[in-house]
Amino acid sequence: MKYAFYPGCVARGGAPELYDSAVAVMDKLGIEHVELTKAACTGAGLLQEKNLKMGDVLNVRTFAMAEQMGLPIMVLCSTCQGVMSQANHRVKRDPEYLAEINSFLAPEGLEYKGTTSVKHLLWALIEDIGLDKLKETFTRELTGMNMAPFYGCYMVRPSEALEFGANPGRETSLEQLIEAVGGSVTDFAGKTACCGFPILFINQANSMKMVANHTGTAKDLGADAMVTPCPLCHLNLDGYQPKARKQVRGDKADLPVIHVPQLIGLAMGMGTKELGLQKHIVSTKEIVRKAEAVGAGS
Amino acid sequence: MQVSLKVKRFDPEDSGGKTWWQEYEVDIHPDSTVLDALIKVREQVDGTLALRCACRASICGSCGMRVNGGAKLVCKTRVVEVAPNGEQLVIEPMGNQHVVRDLVISLDTFFSQINRVEPYMQPSFVPEQGEYTASNDSMENLLTAMNCIMCGCCVSDCTVLEVDANFIGPAALAKAWRFTEDPRDDKRDERLKSLNDEDGGIWDCTRCMKCVEVCPKDVAPMERIMELREAAIEAGNTNTSGYRHTESMYNSVRKHGRLDETRLALDSAGWTNIPRLLDLAPIGLNAMMKGKLPPVFPHKAEDNEKVKDLYDRVEGDQK
Repeated sequence: MKYAFYPGCVARGGAPELYDSAVAVMDKLGIEHVELTKAACTGAGLLQEKNLKMGDVLNVRTFAMAEQMGLPIMVLCSTCQGVMSQANHRVKRDPEYLAEINSFLAPEGLEYKGTTSVKHLLWALIEDIGLDKLKETFTRELTGMNMAPFYGCYMVRPSEALEFGANPGRETSLEQLIEAVGGSVTDFAGKTACCGFPILFINQANSMKMVANHTGTAKDLGADAMVTPCPLCHLNLDGYQPKARKQVRGDKADLPVIHVPQLIGLAMGMGTKELGLQKHIVSTKEIVRKAEAVGAGS
Repeated sequence: MQVSLKVKRFDPEDSGGKTWWQEYEVDIHPDSTVLDALIKVREQVDGTLALRCACRASICGSCGMRVNGGAKLVCKTRVVEVAPNGEQLVIEPMGNQHVVRDLVISLDTFFSQINRVEPYMQPSFVPEQGEYTASNDSMENLLTAMNCIMCGCCVSDCTVLEVDANFIGPAALAKAWRFTEDPRDDKRDERLKSLNDEDGGIWDCTRCMKCVEVCPKDVAPMERIMELREAAIEAGNTNTSGYRHTESMYNSVRKHGRLDETRLALDSAGWTNIPRLLDLAPIGLNAMMKGKLPPVFPHKAEDNEKVKDLYDRVEGDQK
């Protein structure tokens, strides 16, 4: 498989370990990826608050670039997935609106015909590569490791724009991956809730309560780690976990929050450095030790 | 066909404040709704099960409850939709609202939120004759929010209300939008200012879209909240972190084609807000030590000049 690769701002900024681990995993799987280096940010839903049409123009520009390459887009971020899916949904069902958006792109020689699909790495692995093929690359079975899924809002809502109807597996994609690596799912109600990142700089008290509730609840239920397809959720749930746990629950940050390709990399036998696990704020040493221990036994 | 239900029960008199789960199985017609199944339980299996319903046609908004973790109007939800393979249905009362008994919640929370936004038209004059008039177009625009039947599903699943009972909430904010957009109302600026300034106002929404997903009437409360933000900004309310956050993002993409994360944090805090900046410092330091502080000079998209041109074209057209 070959994709037009759109890593997103955070994988190129505050969560570089996501970019590195995703590339390492894709290389191992033989997934070709051509990075869309000229594409702009999706606007993350935030830019859209000020100017929705501007957001649609920026995203349609990216779709047109991928369309010219004849490739589907692969993203690493729930927010990129959601914002792009919503923009795609809006222009595909309204040809007049698409024509208007295209008129802004014409001076750049771009025109979007409406054929580009956008897939998160997690979906691509399940839908295009297949979990059985993925499993062939594993050298360890992470038996006995309890993983709490955390989706990120834009990976699950709105379900219509995300095409859950045609792809019902998307609703349980994280659970499927956790089971594929041999781990156990720590199910909890917060898995599709908000991580608090969007209001981090607006209402930090509320944001910290969300971080503490989600990480604390998952830990109480026995999770060794939380797995997320969203680097924005990661930034908040990992980076602010020490502060949130102390402030809200009076305890310590003890739940590593790992990226999807890091989980896969662990099952592929990759090490801490290769996956950037030393870059996390909440220590990942214990889960690496556990993965190595179960790996040695299998 | 058989349907299996697992219902969260609560009896304020007998259970000492504790909830418990009770399982039921009833035989239903294949076209039955979840409400039909629950009524059958109450009538034929367990007369003590409390639930509220009236119209059975998704008009009255009485039968909101959680089915498999998400709020739904159970009269509008067919059993086969939510349990296509005969799965057990988990039924709970709605969230974020006081439970009176079993599946019945009190509407006090809901209406105290609605009352906060002064949900009535406030015109500035009395017409000399006849009634207040408004164009068809302006009323059509309001239809999304006017579809609200006040069932409370959005309030139930709001992720902000879960941590902050002071948030005005999605239903009330959608209602507020309905009045800011009504051409007969004369309090638009005052409404926008108070929704902007108030603790628990428009900027506290996380944009998680739960309310959009669970609303049985396509009110899409979050989209109305986003329109309120845009309107509040246009009306000159630029005193919030929320405004600075949005503005920073918008300008960052114009300048670099990408998000400048460091700048976003500093802009949102406010460059003269020393306590907030000091609060960010240890987090930034920690990230730096781990090698994940966003670059001070952010990654630019190649050809980012073209993004600037695009901004100019779109903004020029919107003027």
